[in-house]
Amino acid sequence: MIEILFFFFAALAVGAAINVLVQKHVLYSALSLIVMLTAMSALFILLQADFLAVIQVIVYAGAIMVLFVFVIMLLNLPEDEDGADRLRWLKFLGIPLGLFLLFLAVVTLWNVERPEVVEAQISGTPELIGRSLFTDYLLPFEATSLLILIALMGAVVFAKKDL
Amino acid sequence: MIEYVTSADFLLMMAKIVGIFGGVMGALAYLTWLERKLMARVQMRPGPTRVGPFGLLQPIADGLKFLFKEDVIPTNANKFLFVLAPIVALIPALLSFSVIPFGPRLQVTDLSVGLLFIFAITSLGVYGIVLGGWASNSKYPLMGAMRSSAQMISYELSLTLSVVGVLMIANTLSLGELVTAQQGTWFGFIPRWNIFLQPVAFVIYVVSAIAETNRLPFDLAESEQELVAGWHTEYSSMKFAMFMLAEYANMVTVSALATILFLGGWTGPMFGPEWLQMVLPTVWFVGKISVFIFFYVLLRSTFPRFRYDQLMRFSWKVLLPLALANILITSLIVALS
Repeated sequence: MIEILFFFFAALAVGAAINVLVQKHVLYSALSLIVMLTAMSALFILLQADFLAVIQVIVYAGAIMVLFVFVIMLLNLPEDEDGADRLRWLKFLGIPLGLFLLFLAVVTLWNVERPEVVEAQISGTPELIGRSLFTDYLLPFEATSLLILIALMGAVVFAKKDL
Repeated sequence: MIEYVTSADFLLMMAKIVGIFGGVMGALAYLTWLERKLMARVQMRPGPTRVGPFGLLQPIADGLKFLFKEDVIPTNANKFLFVLAPIVALIPALLSFSVIPFGPRLQVTDLSVGLLFIFAITSLGVYGIVLGGWASNSKYPLMGAMRSSAQMISYELSLTLSVVGVLMIANTLSLGELVTAQQGTWFGFIPRWNIFLQPVAFVIYVVSAIAETNRLPFDLAESEQELVAGWHTEYSSMKFAMFMLAEYANMVTVSALATILFLGGWTGPMFGPEWLQMVLPTVWFVGKISVFIFFYVLLRSTFPRFRYDQLMRFSWKVLLPLALANILITSLIVALS
């Protein structure tokens, strides 16, 4: 049963991810991305990481993508037609580079030591995640928030040249 | 698999799902009747009276009318998204009822992250409005959808932050445990409800919840004097009904959540024979929700609409700092005690 669900949502996620690239219209790409993120969250649930799954939907699908869609609607972007011409040579560069990346990923995963299969001990409860975030990983956690703040300030500086 | 399907657990689960879903759908239909009747009485009109006694059959007549009306799709609309939008609006609105405890055992599933699940699901509901407005390919729906999404993003912040204080006191995210944590009384007569510990959070929550559900006085998204009907201007027949159903479902969800978080959910005085004690929690729960619904309808029939800049300023400059201050003070007290 779990396997069926896994393959269904995995296929949905991969299909939606490909659709993001294939679609000509930006809004369809954004919507496919939302489907992809929701399918990912279903995969997290299958791994018993409920908290991660819910946060995935709240942060990405529910907040960030709403802003994306909002901006796309606000600008009412036309279909992407002539943009592809300028970047035609990238296609030829992209295929060998993509194959190289695939090769690297397969080699790395092949050589990874397979850990002993154990019963899932750490289920992703909010308590456990919160505890480890604020004890073992406090420095990376705070550093990330600083990073986001810097990115935010950078965006404001770019948008408004003379403050 | 087959053993599970025939087991008593599965049957009980199915019975709960069917019962809650049927009950909620019926309640949503009669909410339209309640709203029309109550608003009429506030404005000294009789309201629906012709169909059945007190107009009680009006929702059924309305439902039939929606089914038989012509379903218009505008020529220049994006057909796929136009059809998708009401579905995207309705499904998340109904999904959130799967974790709401209607009674001690009357809950489909008690997730350990139930509260966050509801926030996640309702945050997806905004896509229905946005897509509906955009796919109609017409200026009023687009304006309405943009107003609505900006408003919902802004008020979602203060809504979520207002709840944090309660969570710090209750120390759980499961809705079932949130209710059981509020059982009992102080000094024998004051119920241990969170509203007495977090009055500021309660006010912030209720105000943000009204804005989240796009109700008056925050219904900028469909303000009929400016935007005809906002994002659902081009929608007709069953698709319009689905949007309306989603709006009412969201109204019930935020009211149920307010009851669970601040008013002790299904807790209440228990008395009488055993069968009565089985039913009483659900009666208390529905009663508490009804108070919120009445409040919503009375607001709608008495208050004028906010101006758009006032709405935004109120969210970002009043509610958000207030919610943050509430979190700061609550965490201080929780840490010291």
